[in-house]
Amino acid sequence: MTSISSARARARRLPSNRLRTWAGIALFLLPAFALYVLFVIYPIAQAARFSLYDWNGLEPLTDFVGLANFERALADPVFRGAITHNALIVVLSLAIQIPLALALALMLNRRFRGRGILRLLFFAPYVIAEVITAIVATLILQPNGLADHFMTAIGLGDAYHPWLADPDTVLWALFFIITWKYFGFHMILLLAGLQGIPRELEEAAAIDGASRRQAIRYVTLPLLGPTIRVSVFLSIIGAIQLFDLVWVTTRGGPVNASNTMAVYMFDRGFVRFQFGYGSAVAVILFVLCFVLALAYQRWVLRRDTEGATTYG
Amino acid sequence: MADSAVAPRSPGTRVARLAGSIVRWVVLLGVATVILIPVAYAVLGGFRNAAQLAANPVGLPDPWIWSNYIDSLTGPSFWVQLRNSILVAAITTTIVVLFGSLAAFVLARRRFRGREVTYTVFTLGLLFPATVAILPLIILVRDLGLQDTPLGIALPQAAFGLPLTIIILRPFFRSIPMELEDAAAIDGCGQLGFFFRILLPLSRPALATVAVLAIVSSWNQFVLPLVMLSSESNWTLPLGLTNFSTQYTTDTARILAYTSLALIPALAFYVVAERQIVGGLAAGSVKG
Repeated sequence: MTSISSARARARRLPSNRLRTWAGIALFLLPAFALYVLFVIYPIAQAARFSLYDWNGLEPLTDFVGLANFERALADPVFRGAITHNALIVVLSLAIQIPLALALALMLNRRFRGRGILRLLFFAPYVIAEVITAIVATLILQPNGLADHFMTAIGLGDAYHPWLADPDTVLWALFFIITWKYFGFHMILLLAGLQGIPRELEEAAAIDGASRRQAIRYVTLPLLGPTIRVSVFLSIIGAIQLFDLVWVTTRGGPVNASNTMAVYMFDRGFVRFQFGYGSAVAVILFVLCFVLALAYQRWVLRRDTEGATTYG
Repeated sequence: MADSAVAPRSPGTRVARLAGSIVRWVVLLGVATVILIPVAYAVLGGFRNAAQLAANPVGLPDPWIWSNYIDSLTGPSFWVQLRNSILVAAITTTIVVLFGSLAAFVLARRRFRGREVTYTVFTLGLLFPATVAILPLIILVRDLGLQDTPLGIALPQAAFGLPLTIIILRPFFRSIPMELEDAAAIDGCGQLGFFFRILLPLSRPALATVAVLAIVSSWNQFVLPLVMLSSESNWTLPLGLTNFSTQYTTDTARILAYTSLALIPALAFYVVAERQIVGGLAAGSVKG
């Protein structure tokens, strides 16, 4: 192997050495790139191809149907219902989960005894598998389970409510589980953002007579803007792709009341062997996330001209 | 507290301050309780029987029943699934750290045409988890003859783990001075030598971060094992857990014991590796 600096110096003159530099780069880049193309890019392209066929995943791919799968999906009330469920979870996450995470991050952004333990504890659900969360939550929320005992003890509701089997409560129950599992993640992001804000700024505001509340409202939050926007974006993307938790708790039921786009895609594609149709749903999911990311990048994140979000 | 130095000290503010402090502790301890309850419920529930769970799921078990845990620990499936989970996590992590650091090296320290495009293509992967591409992945893994093998899960997992790995490693590798590389070159150290003998040892904290994140995401992965693994002897813990819980639907206590056993290694790992997980995710998301 030629040494780098001399190779770099000579590369400008000799074509053979330039070739060698390129070979060096390829050697490093290729394993990751090949793996990534094979298992990430190629499947995405394949999904786009499958989506144009009526196909059960086994026989040869012959039954070309054009965009019929997309028309069918967008006309299916069950899929439309799934979209509204995802949308509801997005709205609830932004309205409840992120403000909660922000409030806790502000509380933990001061030095006090026990802060480290609380931070460790609040983030812990994020590393617990969604499957484990889902199994324990199912048992807690089953009729006459821990949740019912608790509700009876504080005098709300009766001792028997099938939280996850009642179409009226299932989405709220799921949202509660999602918040339990993910608020800590957003709290940690926001806490990292808060720690990047010089404390002197809040102190200066206090000297100028601002109350703590005013200091947060007019100094801290505007400076935290970039981090909040990243947190909001990740929350939206996560809510759109929600799968494991729903699949293990309800499989989208009862009567599709908790169906999400990813659950619908998996159910049609894998369980019912409608690979072409399921792929069309997957493509819709891809496009949605991609457009959302581009739009977010273009209109929301771009305002952070020198924020942490633009380098790296 | 840092702001006490500048705050005015009238009695009114002192009362407000005390009230604020009380509110803060009530909220923080309330949230802490809500987090702890399900975990305590699962661990303690494993020591009850179904009748106890139905009658009184709160408080300590009376009497303590050990058979649920003992049955799970002496039965074959828990250990087989634990081994499979460790095996898949080890393969995934090795691949993602090795391939990811090789790629991050040239993406950080070499100038070449198409570098930024390549990097952007890698970062886009952050948008999609394997779940969204699961249908074509089933076909691909089947065509490669890897269905029902640990590799059939580890390879896609590693591929989907590359974006975060590269995003975390690139700025770290870039921050290592070029002079160091030039000095190494003068001493006759080639590109590969510099990478393995100097860059990687210097990057140990960043490598630990990406390795820990790869382990956690592999450990928790559900949908890939669900579609790829048909023989029970290959199941990982999350897949084994879901099947266990549908098999013993009525025996809640057994499910809780099994779930707790699967939960404990993950929580222990978290307590040890919290710094890497938190630091890595915060850095990765902010820079994404």
